[in-house]
Amino acid sequence: MLLEIKNLYANVEGKEILRGINLTVNKGEIHAIMGPNGSGKSTLANVLAGHSSFEVTKGEVFYNGKNLLELSPEDRAREGIFLAFQYPVELPGVSNTNLLKTAVNEIRKYRGEEQMDAVDFLQMIKQKMKLVELDDSLLRRSVNEGFSGGEKKRNEIFQMAVLEPTLAILDETDSGLDIDALRVVANGVTKLKSAENATIVVTHYQRLLNYIVPDFVHVLSKGRIVKSGGKELAVELEEKGYDWIKEKVVA
Amino acid sequence: MSDILEFKNTLISGFAALEKSLNGQSKKAFHSVRKEALTKFEHADFPNIKNEEWRHTNISPILKHTFNPLSDASLLSSADVQKFVFGDAFKYVMVFINGKFHPELSTLDNLPEGLIVKSIAAANEENNTVVEKHLGKYALSDGQIFTALSTAYTFDGAFINVKAGKVIEDSVHILFITDSRNEKLITQPRNLFVAEKNSHASVLEHYVSLQDDVYFTNAVTEVVVEENAFFDHVKLQEESKKAFHISRMEINQKRSSNFTSHAVSLGGIISRNDVNSKFNEDGGECTLNGLFMIEGSQLSDTHTLIDHAKPHCNSHEHYKGILDDSSRGVFNGKVIVRQDAQKTNAFQQNNNILLSTDAVINTKPQLEIFADDVKCSHGATIGQLDEEAMFYLKTRGIGDDIGRGMLLHAFASDVVKSIKLQPVRDYIETILSRKFNQ
Repeated sequence: MLLEIKNLYANVEGKEILRGINLTVNKGEIHAIMGPNGSGKSTLANVLAGHSSFEVTKGEVFYNGKNLLELSPEDRAREGIFLAFQYPVELPGVSNTNLLKTAVNEIRKYRGEEQMDAVDFLQMIKQKMKLVELDDSLLRRSVNEGFSGGEKKRNEIFQMAVLEPTLAILDETDSGLDIDALRVVANGVTKLKSAENATIVVTHYQRLLNYIVPDFVHVLSKGRIVKSGGKELAVELEEKGYDWIKEKVVA
Repeated sequence: MSDILEFKNTLISGFAALEKSLNGQSKKAFHSVRKEALTKFEHADFPNIKNEEWRHTNISPILKHTFNPLSDASLLSSADVQKFVFGDAFKYVMVFINGKFHPELSTLDNLPEGLIVKSIAAANEENNTVVEKHLGKYALSDGQIFTALSTAYTFDGAFINVKAGKVIEDSVHILFITDSRNEKLITQPRNLFVAEKNSHASVLEHYVSLQDDVYFTNAVTEVVVEENAFFDHVKLQEESKKAFHISRMEINQKRSSNFTSHAVSLGGIISRNDVNSKFNEDGGECTLNGLFMIEGSQLSDTHTLIDHAKPHCNSHEHYKGILDDSSRGVFNGKVIVRQDAQKTNAFQQNNNILLSTDAVINTKPQLEIFADDVKCSHGATIGQLDEEAMFYLKTRGIGDDIGRGMLLHAFASDVVKSIKLQPVRDYIETILSRKFNQ
């Protein structure tokens, strides 16, 4: 078991958003979390990454057997959790290369591994760039500054490729992407998939799941998972919308 | 009050001694300008915080010391000087010690044709007509106690004159070293840079000290950028953390001229920089950028004035400050767009980061616009580091200390990266790395 979420409750600014989430993710699996706006999808992603604006009020999360909620956000990353942001932050003056080099070496330091030398590092990132069809010049540019929406999302997947997480959480990585960018992003994610890692894809739309085929689909509504199923559930949601789920909850 | 009187008396009696040492120069026409300025100094008010221009900058600590205006020549070797130059990066280096030009420590061989680099004293000695035409014509003394003092004591200083049409690829490093080990000194560099029509040149004005002593630098620099000339200026202020640094730069721009200045201020217990630029003709371009990083109880004050007197001129201004401990910063950016000055673009930005709850910044944009067809903007920010950016770094495995250093370095680099003089840019980058990325 890679990730185990038990009865998780979380608040944002005193308002309860997550109300008893239960979810288990194993290595080698892709989970899609779908749901209408405001259902708590992004909150779940941010809680797992450790954002301080989200307060866990109840429940437990275990990651690789460790109590995740006790780890700082940076230690979660060093333990192999990666969050691809819905709105990637711009870091003027911090180059992509500098960010990644620092990140790789900080993670290695935590794991007691040797620092990566500059030549190996450069070779490695060049190879990873191909995966998301990013241009070399983006390496020298400031992180996400002046990037188009599509470039920002591709850059997130590029970072993911470099950091090789065990658990990747993609928060609305598809929103706002044209079909070409979507395909590139999805191909990247699919190529990075292995028996040793897992992916949680948080999305509002079924479209992305044509490219990233999930093993499990969960529907989130009002802070709870109200329905889980296989990939066919996503198709059903696309056809019927989210209203029938909502009605079901009320009933 | 008596402190002010004593301050003035020391400098007025020092002037008599200066006159004696001037020998032949006291017979020259400029000497009457000196004497006139001394009278202005005598009658000028010493700035206090009741004066709007000095509201946040109390310089009365200057009055607690007696500064000798006429130091004996300091005996520094070229080895002492070596640590302040950038290896061989600058082909031309002017070295001043305690305000006095030292040709034997300077590197001014093989100056290209059309580039005049010499001390103001030497230029005066030979009745240089460019100096006669410009010296003291822009930084006026009236009511300005420190400019009056500078003008009265004008002797040495850097004179750089680029002749019409000359493009000078190599930059001049002007190094002002203060050696205040024996006594508290006031040194008064007085510089004049004249870039003639269609010329191109760049200069580094650099202030350092031998030790962390108390002294007072009162620097005045006048810059004339004539038609279609390009002049790139960098000021690197690395005074002792106990020193007082008061400087004024007056820039006079002609038609289609381009002036760029980057001011990096790190030293001084109190530093005050006045940078005033005036577009006297159409089509000029002026960039004033700056970075100050202060800590302890340092105070850094920058007052800028860009006078758009004529149409079709562009000004860009970007100052950044990083303040730690109980340091205090002041930025006052005044832009005047006169009635004539249509099609003006004037952009101003001042961003500050406070690293401590005790640090204070007072920032004030001051736009006075009398023309109607202009684009002007200004913005000031004061803040801590962006929490969302910190979180983003954390999700990449980068913790508080390193993340903070990265963001601060990036914040400061933003100004530094536009410095064209590469050795200076590299040097400042090294300082930033040492400070933020240990």
